[in-house]
Amino acid sequence: MTLWKRFLSNRGSLLGLAILIAVIAVALLAPVMFPRGPWAMVQRPFLVPFTNEDLPLGTDTLGRDVLAGLVYGARVSLLVGLVSTVMALLIGVPLGALAGFYGKWVDEGAMRFTEFFQTIPNFALAIVLVAILEPTLTSITIAIAIVSWPPVARLVRAEVMSVTKREYVDAARLAGLSNMHILVRQVLPNTVSPIIVMASLMVATAILLESSLSFLGLGDPNIMSWGFQIGAARTVIRSAWWLSFFPGVAIVLTVLALNLIGEGLNDALNPHLARKGR
Amino acid sequence: MQIAGTILSRLFKAAITLLAIAILNFFLVHAAPGDPATVLAGEAGAADEQMIADLKARFGLDQPFHIQLARYVGNIVTLDLGYSFRQGQPVLDLILDRLPATLILTLTAFWISLLAGVALGVAASARVGKFTDTLITSVALLFYATPLYWAALMAVLVFSVQLGWLPGFGYETVGSGFSGLARAWDILKHLILPALTLGLFFMAVYMRMTRASMLEVAQQDFVKTARAKGLAPATIRRRHILRNALLPVVTLAGLQAGQLVGGAVLTETVFAWPGIGRLMFESLAARDYNTILGVFLVSAAMVIVFNILTDIVYRLIDPRIGHKA
Repeated sequence: MTLWKRFLSNRGSLLGLAILIAVIAVALLAPVMFPRGPWAMVQRPFLVPFTNEDLPLGTDTLGRDVLAGLVYGARVSLLVGLVSTVMALLIGVPLGALAGFYGKWVDEGAMRFTEFFQTIPNFALAIVLVAILEPTLTSITIAIAIVSWPPVARLVRAEVMSVTKREYVDAARLAGLSNMHILVRQVLPNTVSPIIVMASLMVATAILLESSLSFLGLGDPNIMSWGFQIGAARTVIRSAWWLSFFPGVAIVLTVLALNLIGEGLNDALNPHLARKGR
Repeated sequence: MQIAGTILSRLFKAAITLLAIAILNFFLVHAAPGDPATVLAGEAGAADEQMIADLKARFGLDQPFHIQLARYVGNIVTLDLGYSFRQGQPVLDLILDRLPATLILTLTAFWISLLAGVALGVAASARVGKFTDTLITSVALLFYATPLYWAALMAVLVFSVQLGWLPGFGYETVGSGFSGLARAWDILKHLILPALTLGLFFMAVYMRMTRASMLEVAQQDFVKTARAKGLAPATIRRRHILRNALLPVVTLAGLQAGQLVGGAVLTETVFAWPGIGRLMFESLAARDYNTILGVFLVSAAMVIVFNILTDIVYRLIDPRIGHKA
């Protein structure tokens, strides 16, 4: 409970939470709000925003409702952000945990592997992966997961290493518990809080990555996303500013919200660090 | 002496990494849907039977897997990155042609973001909790959440379309006939918006890092000693805190260089900047896999060079590192 209180007493995290809840609500209600879907042509193309009550944000180059696109785009952003983060955790946590727990050659091998992936420019790798595997929602999600797990592995390794040195782990060893049992039941639960903080920031980064890929035309062609909207409007920026402006605001708000929540969680979980005035 | 030894070992590691990327590229070509030969031909409509047969022979696609791998990697080691059937040129030539523009852009963005980020971080940490600090931190948080390409588009909209202050397109004025200083000035004007928008995100990263690091170092005992000696706060900040606080920032900057090269794909796309990022974007639409993989390899090589340079800078700032190793 105190954790919640500390989290909610922070104005930034409260704002972040409010924005995120709003985005989630909009994403869930999309089919109710716009039953025609984001691809329907509803009016003449290039309708200027705030001129038509039914289409407050205007229409795009093909006469599609910009607002409907935004609302459906929220679904993709949140889904890809969440699923790719979970996948990255599924790669990074076990790898980091094994490296930190067993040390020696396991650590050496796992860290070399991680370092290799950290050296590769990660956005370039994501582009290559999606381009070669054909752009679908699945390949985009996998590509983002593949480029985002290394920091998780490093974090978990460091945490596991420090926790493994504690006395209660020695006690568990003396009690004859197996290595796996100690790692999974005694060590890992004590590394959860920094992982949660990192995960919330990773969702934000994943949303940025997804939108950047879609912007380059590497989005799933059947799915409306914020990055796609901006990418499609890139060439008409001089005549139709609103087509790229609104989706961008949506991305900034969502990513900002997740970052605020991540920082709020960090401060709430490490109150002694927060007080130093970060 | 020690630095030379380290550089050698770093170069060795770099070679291994590049080799690994070449192998990764090979597997990617095979992971792509369709025949690897068609993939390498880049679905150029011109991929006729004869060309496919040539490709098969050249890459040994009729040979066992390990021989194919050896050939592919062998080609890359000898700097043969393949041929772009779309552009009708060897991939290496295409990349070398465009590399200078990308280097100018990324290096400028890197220095702008590092200098501005450190300066803002120091300013914020000096007035921690005050209005200046809140303002700088909030702006950084906003930049941190802004997609690179969107910042670029909005900058074009405001500074180029609306205000008409700066060109929002290209590397230099086409057909201007400028030379010498006039040309340099023209390129500089074209460089400002891309470099600034590419640097924004990283500026926010370095600012946050510098601020946190300054505050942390300021807590340490030697700073108290300096204060007790009666040194002026500005001197303490510059000579004692900043020098120590910079170390993690430099490390991070080196690591982030890779993201900068990746981000250049987006910035160059928006500004039609004729670098390797733009080349990659054009190749995406053309499904020119050879070029895409080539740009990928070269950008990884750029990151490695960048990391080695950071390592050297690190040693210059902190002589202790050399002794430890």
